[in-house]
Amino acid sequence: MAEPNRPLSPHLQIYKFEITMAMSIVHRITGVGLYLGTALLAWWFAAAAIGDGAFDIAQGFFNHWFGRLILIGYTWALFHHMLGGLRHFVWDMGKGYGPERYTYGWLTLIGGVVLTALLWLLVLI
Amino acid sequence: MSYRTPYSRVTGLGSAKEGTGHFWTQRMTAVANVPLMLFLVWLIVSLVGADRAQMLATFANPFVTALTILTVLSACIHMKLGLQVVIEDYVQAEGSKIVLILLNTFFSYGVAAVAVVSLLKLSFGG
Repeated sequence: MAEPNRPLSPHLQIYKFEITMAMSIVHRITGVGLYLGTALLAWWFAAAAIGDGAFDIAQGFFNHWFGRLILIGYTWALFHHMLGGLRHFVWDMGKGYGPERYTYGWLTLIGGVVLTALLWLLVLI
Repeated sequence: MSYRTPYSRVTGLGSAKEGTGHFWTQRMTAVANVPLMLFLVWLIVSLVGADRAQMLATFANPFVTALTILTVLSACIHMKLGLQVVIEDYVQAEGSKIVLILLNTFFSYGVAAVAVVSLLKLSFGG
């Protein structure tokens, strides 16, 4: 069958960038990150349940700079996804579709970073 | 005016009443996750660099263990539903889609099982 000569719908790059579209995909990416991170959480609990040797290995990983980076990234993803989720609750109630949606987007982005920074400052102090 | 198809009128079975099940469970676990995840963050941060004795002492408290198990269950149900939507959005081939949704379910419940059993073992003294 011949391809009908129909107009194509415009794709992503045709649209002007908006904070809402960035927060939409970041919400999804942080969600997938948190998904994978639960395996580390289960490993941590399991290591503690198994014994001293297994738990030392797990704590060694999370105390290493790389493990700590993953932990900090995990808490950021959590805060970001949580704030993005609160935004979705507002939308679920049929509100927040006006220009305030841009404010919500920026609040999600900045709020996630600020909460993560505050948390780890508290840990380090 | 009825919007039902002729086929559905003939079979007369009506709705399975599960049309909003995915959406509703996703939102319900999302609401639960807000306080539960804040609790988990506090828990993890308070146990950064802890030794095993501190873990055992922490989970000897039944309230801490119960809350942590609730967090794991709510999070695992939420993430299973979430990743299912990601798979359905991006995977076009029917076969791969079904396999991935299957693996997603196994992973989510597997993580939950490992975490819950570990927490119970810790709670009962390791």
